[in-house]
Amino acid sequence: MENQIVIEAEGLTKKYGSQTAVNRLNLQVQEGEVFGFLGPNGAGKTTTLLMFLGLTEPTSGKVKILGFDPAREPFRIKEKVSFLPENVGFYEDMDAKENLRFIARLNRIPDRISEKRIEQWLELVGLSKEAGKKVGTYSKGMRQRLGIAEVMLKEPKIIFLDEPTIGLDPDGTNWMLDLIHSLSREKKITTFLSSHLLDQVQRICDRVGIMIKGNLVAVGPIEELAKKKLGVDAKDYTLEEIYMTYFKEA
Amino acid sequence: MTIIRKEMEDHFSSTRFLLISALIVMVGVIITSMVGMGIQEELKGMAKPTLVFLLLFTATGKLFSFVQFIGFFGPLIGIFLGFDSINRERVSRTLTKLLSQPIYRDSVINGKFFSGVIIIAIVLVAIVLLISGLGIRLIGVVPGVEEVWRLIIYVLISLLYISFWLGVAILFSVIFRSTATSALASLALWIFFSFFVGLGAGFLADAIAPISQSQTYIDPEVLIKHERIQRVVSLFSPMTLYSEATNTILDPMRKTTRGLILMGPLERLSISRFQNPLPLEESILIVIPHLLSIVAITFLCFGICYLIFMRQEIRTI
Repeated sequence: MENQIVIEAEGLTKKYGSQTAVNRLNLQVQEGEVFGFLGPNGAGKTTTLLMFLGLTEPTSGKVKILGFDPAREPFRIKEKVSFLPENVGFYEDMDAKENLRFIARLNRIPDRISEKRIEQWLELVGLSKEAGKKVGTYSKGMRQRLGIAEVMLKEPKIIFLDEPTIGLDPDGTNWMLDLIHSLSREKKITTFLSSHLLDQVQRICDRVGIMIKGNLVAVGPIEELAKKKLGVDAKDYTLEEIYMTYFKEA
Repeated sequence: MTIIRKEMEDHFSSTRFLLISALIVMVGVIITSMVGMGIQEELKGMAKPTLVFLLLFTATGKLFSFVQFIGFFGPLIGIFLGFDSINRERVSRTLTKLLSQPIYRDSVINGKFFSGVIIIAIVLVAIVLLISGLGIRLIGVVPGVEEVWRLIIYVLISLLYISFWLGVAILFSVIFRSTATSALASLALWIFFSFFVGLGAGFLADAIAPISQSQTYIDPEVLIKHERIQRVVSLFSPMTLYSEATNTILDPMRKTTRGLILMGPLERLSISRFQNPLPLEESILIVIPHLLSIVAITFLCFGICYLIFMRQEIRTI
């Protein structure tokens, strides 16, 4: 069970017109892993995430999420997988609880169960005091926390986070990363996060994949990539240095 | 359905909805009191004529009748309810989130459409009941069974008609990114159909079959041709379809949806002397083509909207 593969992509390609957003992506992620999907803006990270969720159809290639094909059975996947889009939006004139309740109902979670979970998660992300305020008044950091609560509501097996720390202050960023880290450890939730903020990802990821212009140029644990690129004795390296060597090559 | 429920809650709590229903209620009450008092005057010292109750809705009074008002401004309800339904979610970035929940994509658009239809139905039933209640007090006439049926059919036709406009508005909200654009586009279409198709019809008819004002004798054939062209063109407007259908349903004296009736004076006299109201079934029979057309355009509109939404890329940058 330990090494079960939950995300699998084979030759995954997406073209918008003549532009190739994702080019023959091959990738495997194991259960319980924190996988960092790195690359500059416009590298095709979000497109890949959308294809994993069946929100957009791949031009060619195969994807298996928990053994299901997103293009054929998106419903099955969306029941067990959560997605936090970049700069997630909420219904501004509803309060935090109402927003969460709506999502819970869409997931067919019975009200008596969801009420408890909503309380519990609001507490955990530190929003219990502000739960009655309209989301329109929330700050960026609060929204992102609410986003995490929302994502966890259905008790997913995998969470996809698109740029979860973008626009957060250093405090918020640390808090967010710690939360993601502990969730994946305690609840055994596979976490797939895309980011272009390398130093942050370095802290919590088991493995990373580097995406440049639609191509996945490297996959592996950070230490391994460092050895490959910076030499065997490399110490005090940062992910940024590794990344830059790949970036120059591409 | 969770989405329908949420959308309805949204509509009910929105200022927009409050404003438009307040407007309709206000106009409805004003029209009814004016018309009601008029009927009261006329009824004095007369034996009770048949089907007088429906006059509340069709009599024009000093301004316009309630039926005309809904024909004209009803589309606005549909447009107001629908013009930002999809693109608002896109702008506030909730659409991606919504679609990543375990729901089918079409339940989003269905939810938007049917919650709108339910709201329109509630508004229509409420206003018709309000007018009826006010009318009963004012003219002291209780509607008969047939009148009630005619009113029910009227509400159904209005519901279809306004739903068509709701469909148009949702369609624009799927096509256009910006809520302002989709609102303007739906309003433009509304103005086009309400004003310009009628004008265009007259213009086209004049061009093809001109009737000169100076001539004392008008060739009936030219007149008929003129009338027919004008009618065909104006039937392209859903508003014409709607007003002809509802007028025929609510006014049993109308035996045809046509505007022009060529008759000699004696013929006219004899008809008006011996005329009886048309039975309900006959009225319905006359407007069936109109009804079918309204149903068809409503479904066509929603169908197109559905297809575009289902095929649209989540993010087209």
